[in-house]
Amino acid sequence: MNYFPDEVLEHVFDSIASHKDRNSVSLVCKSWYRIERYSRRRVFIGNCYSISPERLIARFPGLKSLTLKGKPHFADFNLVPYDWGGFVYPWIKALAESGIGLEELRLKRMVVSDESLELLSKSFANFKSLVLVSCEGFSADGLAAVAANCRFLRELDLQENEVDDHRGHWLSCFPESCTSLVSLNFACLKGEVNLGALERLVSRSPNLKSLRLNRLVPLDTLQKLLMRAPQLVDLGIGSYVHDPSSEASNKLKHAIQRCKSIVSLSGFLEVAPRCMSAIYPICGNLTTLNLSYAPGLHGNKLTKLIQHCRKLQRLWILDRIGDKGLGVVASTCKELQELRVFPSDPFGAGNDAVTEEGLVLVSAGCPKLNSLLYFCQQMTNAALITVARNCPNFIRFRLCILDPVKPDPVTNQPLDEGFGAIVQSCKRLKRLSLSGLLTDQVFLYIGMYAEQLEMLSIAFAADSDKGMLYVLNGCKKLRKLEIRDCPFGNSALLEDVGKYETMRSLWMSSCEVTLGGCKTVAEKMPSLNVEIINESDQTEFNLDEGQKVDKMYLYRTLVGHRKDAPESVWIL
Amino acid sequence: MESSSAYGNDLNLKATELRLGLPGTTDEETAAPGVRNNKRPLQAEDAGEKCGANGKSEPQNETAPPSKAQIVGWPPVQSYRKNNLQAKKTESEPGLYVKVSMDGAPYLRKIDLRVYKGYPELLQALENMFKFTVGEYSEREGYKGSEYAPTYEDKDGDWMLVGDVPWQMFITSCKRLRIMKGSEARGLGCGV
Repeated sequence: MNYFPDEVLEHVFDSIASHKDRNSVSLVCKSWYRIERYSRRRVFIGNCYSISPERLIARFPGLKSLTLKGKPHFADFNLVPYDWGGFVYPWIKALAESGIGLEELRLKRMVVSDESLELLSKSFANFKSLVLVSCEGFSADGLAAVAANCRFLRELDLQENEVDDHRGHWLSCFPESCTSLVSLNFACLKGEVNLGALERLVSRSPNLKSLRLNRLVPLDTLQKLLMRAPQLVDLGIGSYVHDPSSEASNKLKHAIQRCKSIVSLSGFLEVAPRCMSAIYPICGNLTTLNLSYAPGLHGNKLTKLIQHCRKLQRLWILDRIGDKGLGVVASTCKELQELRVFPSDPFGAGNDAVTEEGLVLVSAGCPKLNSLLYFCQQMTNAALITVARNCPNFIRFRLCILDPVKPDPVTNQPLDEGFGAIVQSCKRLKRLSLSGLLTDQVFLYIGMYAEQLEMLSIAFAADSDKGMLYVLNGCKKLRKLEIRDCPFGNSALLEDVGKYETMRSLWMSSCEVTLGGCKTVAEKMPSLNVEIINESDQTEFNLDEGQKVDKMYLYRTLVGHRKDAPESVWIL
Repeated sequence: MESSSAYGNDLNLKATELRLGLPGTTDEETAAPGVRNNKRPLQAEDAGEKCGANGKSEPQNETAPPSKAQIVGWPPVQSYRKNNLQAKKTESEPGLYVKVSMDGAPYLRKIDLRVYKGYPELLQALENMFKFTVGEYSEREGYKGSEYAPTYEDKDGDWMLVGDVPWQMFITSCKRLRIMKGSEARGLGCGV
């Protein structure tokens, strides 16, 4: 099989970037496996408990970049106990002891202690990039260690983490010799940073392309930073409140106008709508705009802003934009690919919310739309059918009707036909989230048509086990299935336990599966960890097999039961 | 900068808090982790309206439709996002313009109180606008070290010293500002 010297194959493999492709390459034959593993630089591990750091290191000694994900997705919505797991420390410790030259670490939903960050900062001389998304467990002290010790740091990107950072000293810990920063994102931090240190840091970082500030960076500092970094490509404004007629505002306008490379704008954690006109000069270049933390922007001021953004490809917005505002998006943003509409008032009356009308308008005006997250008051089958016809290119389609079991308000029917149209039309659909009143029928459609589906989220849907069976039997590429509050029980769960080995994970909460059913899965499939999570009362781990299980999370693994589970988690 | 930090425990400032939403509702009805809803919400309020479905095979635990506030983890909005959005509702209000007069100045000015995050910024803006310095504030003695004192007329028509009450309470009760000068100012700030 091997007619080329190893170096040639290695060179060829270098051009194969996707994880999937590299995994496939490694399966061709023994020598390809060998060459691939030595030349592999980037590894993605979607579930940190599926493999151990030791085995990772043994197989990929040349590892430079590691991506790890910890808690299940539903942890975002408070459905997973805070101490469930997902600790990064053992990974960092093992990597540090192995001599691997780690340069990049990207973590999502993991517990990251200050101790881990300190160890990280001291163990890898060439460490360049730290990206933490939805993590917790660290404070400003950990960040200070990273700033102080990672001499060639290029990227420190903190996205939506819960950080204990009342002390802002960490930013002052970047040494004067640190001039390599390309990306700095501390928008999620709540503490004040030393503004002088921030200005000096930006001044000595000529390669800085991405800067996202937190709410406590005042306007005059923002203006100075922009003057020092006109080469910025991505800007996150923390606080944006000023008097448009003031001198400070004029200076800011001038500074913004100099930044001709900015294509991505976000933040606006605090904003006064009258001030947005200062942004207009750069709107024409924007491809990404995130206003989803700015409930103060709505009505005319918002639509006027949108009308300047003709090149927009990605828009994250609050539902205060309304259907009319989405109409403006539809007529202005012809290049739009991704739209996310978040609820500004998740529990409120939703006076400003969006409905099916807004979605239909966008689907008609933006033919390139392929990714959607849409929180709305209501949806109709007719609208979904229209959307499916207008936009057959959806890769991600996540619809969340705020009332979880709401039918089509016009016909009072379930939304089976509407979602059915989506899966039938969008042949490349990989991710789907359902909501509204749904019967088993929608799952029949999903099983029949959603051939590329990899991730499915279901809540308050279906009538019987048939729903789950349609999906498990039909969706051959399914990797992640998460279900809450559906009438799926043991016969669905146990129909084909081998299927779960082909998937990353299955989450079922408030369904009909019993302890006995879960135990059966665990017995038949030693390659799965079947976890029962019970938060309410420790003593409820009674052994009654007929007891319904509140939360079950199962996932495939090569390394057996994890040793770090808390008391609320029972691994069968 | 959580909104909760602005509310003291003793002053019942929630009563004067500006929020969106109907009076009598609170926005903190999110079910905390550990508060579980053991009841399965009804699939549809009238089971008979479900077309083509056999209906659920087991009886419901409750007959009332779920209120959104009771369901843990619904709607599926990231906790981080929920926590960071609540604090910003006040910014959706329109501007709060009040007149500012200064003793001896030929004309008045108007400022938008919502543009400022707190007293330091407001006082700085006033100092810049009228070219004076305001001195140092203390609860006991008012503004020391200057012949000026910033005052405001509140909803009851009384003239109050700026800085005594929490910021949120101030901006909702301030009708106009007046920068007093000279002996009149000192009389107001007198600690005796």
